[in-house]
Amino acid sequence: MASLETAANPKKLRRVAIDPLTRVEGHGKVTLLLDAENKVHQVRLHIVEFRGFEAFIEGRPFWEVPVTVQRLCGICPVSHHLAAIKAMDAIAGYSHLTPTAEKLRRLMHYGQILQSHAVHFFHLASPDLLLGFDSEPTRRNIVGIAAAFPDIAKQGVLLRKFGQEVIRHTTGKRIHGTGAIPGGVNKALSAAERDTLRAGIDQMIVWARDAVRMIARLHEVHPAFYNGFGGFRANMMGLVDRHGALDLYHGGLRARDADGGPIFDHVDYTTYEKVLTEEIKPWTYMKFPHIRALGPEAGWYRVGPLARIQICAYVPSELAEIERRDFLAIGDGKPVHGALLYHWARMIEALHAAEVIRDLLDDPDIVGTDLMAERGERRSEAVGVIEAPRGTLFHHYRVGEDDLVKFCRLIVSTTNNNQAMNEAIRAVAAEYVDGRVLTEGLLNHIEVAIRAYDPCLSCATHAIGQMPLEVDLVDADGVLIDRRRKNFGGA
Amino acid sequence: MSDSDSSFTLDGRIIAFAPGQTILAAATAAGVYIPHLCAHPDFPPHGSCKLCTVTVNGRDGSACTIQAAPGQEVRSDTPELHEIRRVLLQMLFVEGNHFCPGCEKSGRCKLQALAYEIEMLSPHFVQFFPHREIDASHPEFFLDFNRCIMCELCVRASRDVDGKNIFALAGRGRESHIIVNSPSGKLGDTDFAATDKAAEVCPVGAILRKEIGFATPIGARLYDHAPISRVDLAGQEK
Repeated sequence: MASLETAANPKKLRRVAIDPLTRVEGHGKVTLLLDAENKVHQVRLHIVEFRGFEAFIEGRPFWEVPVTVQRLCGICPVSHHLAAIKAMDAIAGYSHLTPTAEKLRRLMHYGQILQSHAVHFFHLASPDLLLGFDSEPTRRNIVGIAAAFPDIAKQGVLLRKFGQEVIRHTTGKRIHGTGAIPGGVNKALSAAERDTLRAGIDQMIVWARDAVRMIARLHEVHPAFYNGFGGFRANMMGLVDRHGALDLYHGGLRARDADGGPIFDHVDYTTYEKVLTEEIKPWTYMKFPHIRALGPEAGWYRVGPLARIQICAYVPSELAEIERRDFLAIGDGKPVHGALLYHWARMIEALHAAEVIRDLLDDPDIVGTDLMAERGERRSEAVGVIEAPRGTLFHHYRVGEDDLVKFCRLIVSTTNNNQAMNEAIRAVAAEYVDGRVLTEGLLNHIEVAIRAYDPCLSCATHAIGQMPLEVDLVDADGVLIDRRRKNFGGA
Repeated sequence: MSDSDSSFTLDGRIIAFAPGQTILAAATAAGVYIPHLCAHPDFPPHGSCKLCTVTVNGRDGSACTIQAAPGQEVRSDTPELHEIRRVLLQMLFVEGNHFCPGCEKSGRCKLQALAYEIEMLSPHFVQFFPHREIDASHPEFFLDFNRCIMCELCVRASRDVDGKNIFALAGRGRESHIIVNSPSGKLGDTDFAATDKAAEVCPVGAILRKEIGFATPIGARLYDHAPISRVDLAGQEK
């Protein structure tokens, strides 16, 4: 499969571009190189936008960063907010939080998980799954879902809305609020706000479980298709708590191989550089992280719901754990790797998020007013990691004595999934496109595989000054005369 | 003395004034808001931002500098004057680097609040994107010159109230900028203190206390529930 990354002789091949990718966050495209018989020789996912947040975070005061970095994204700003604040807690000298502050941060995070998973599944992915990959493209969207399945569309919209309301009550706004500040949070949850959310959460749990069951039924109809589509063996990585359970807010790094065997476990995420590194390739702005000990060829991995649900020992909420066991049963004791199974795992997490929200709302601490912790010794460097809806999210900062950020590195979920997404589209291209007459429906199969990863392309490209660049000088016959390369890493 | 000897009309409303009061001060005392930015009740008029431009007996001028006089016919709430103010605000926004989404002054910034008040929907003009420095040398405060609108309130406060003369305006035209009066040019090498008047007068996010940004939640900030016109007249604005 890896051979489809670069064609041996690209000049004689026909180029087909899926540009832009639709129903994903951000701007990207896929290019395929085909020969005269439509045999596929090269498939690449390109992220064509450039954001550069790492560069303009540098030089800013550290307490401003958790708010600024949210503007990376409109879908999961809370994840960036919390990853940054976890680092800035340490920078400012806070080694722990008050119980209320930590629970309020968890509440906003699980609200974020619920709304992001809902928007992805119902608004972006369900048109493919419910209407068909090659259904009429003008109706293959949330409006088409609302026409064909009005109850499902309504549930999706209201699940998302509920998650956004959780975020609003904890950060002041549905999108891009404040909320977390170094050492705690700036806003208590009033009893009235708690009661408002509590009144709605039971219905959300029901709808989230319905969504899990809906995907299970879709799988039941075409199990081989769902298990195999866009599938490939891959390592998996995510955070787990000290018991090995799923914890989307905090924990240690765990990596498992494609058979579920251990690679590393309970790694303190502040030492992530010991176990992970990144590779740069010339044809995309997005970097390729991998497990250092395994190298770039064998060390890439998958993050996000499909990885998290399978590497954790259990999901610590009753209904979601029942659904997880049903899900694991399809692998007969082994991890499963089909791209479409992401949706199933994602909705199990949405159900878990709804259950966690309910439990947090029932906790008396959630309406506490002790919001700020005691301050300890300041630090000059810190790492914050969180499980964002799309996967593991790293924020790494160094701050000078003058309080200004001197170094910023963001390794976002979509970047962690970069190689996996490329593998997924190569698997689909090899199986569904290779040697066939191209149609919109066939090309949508490739988009379906990418969409399963719920990529946030605008979050993923930031390393200004490190962008790989390749310039070829060719003569009129297309013969390469000279080539200049810059910032190529090992490629 | 008759009423007409100590009053003028503002948009048809009779406004009483005390001897020596400016049009802006008299209007504010009478509960009528005239948009303004560089004016501050604790300092003599400055007349630099021109946001308070009104039409007095047919001629435009700054309400913060023109003395109230008997029988003046003053116009402020007109589409033409609002358009002038909107353009002035747009020029202030594009001249500096004002990124409200990441600014801790958001929600309590006069420039932002006025943009809402006057319904400035876009910067309209091409951004200058000037290169401006941040001075984080002081242990308790930092200066972000990206957001400075050169109202000189800090200059006036430091000179006239604090007696320290820490800030000054340097350069001309597009090169105008605030400088710090110390051998290094850094705030950390001055005796600037949290108790200084200059530490509290900045209407934008150019002079900020370190490490307290975003401590006030959205919903509890100065302009979250009422526009600057009401906040100002209620005397909450400082």
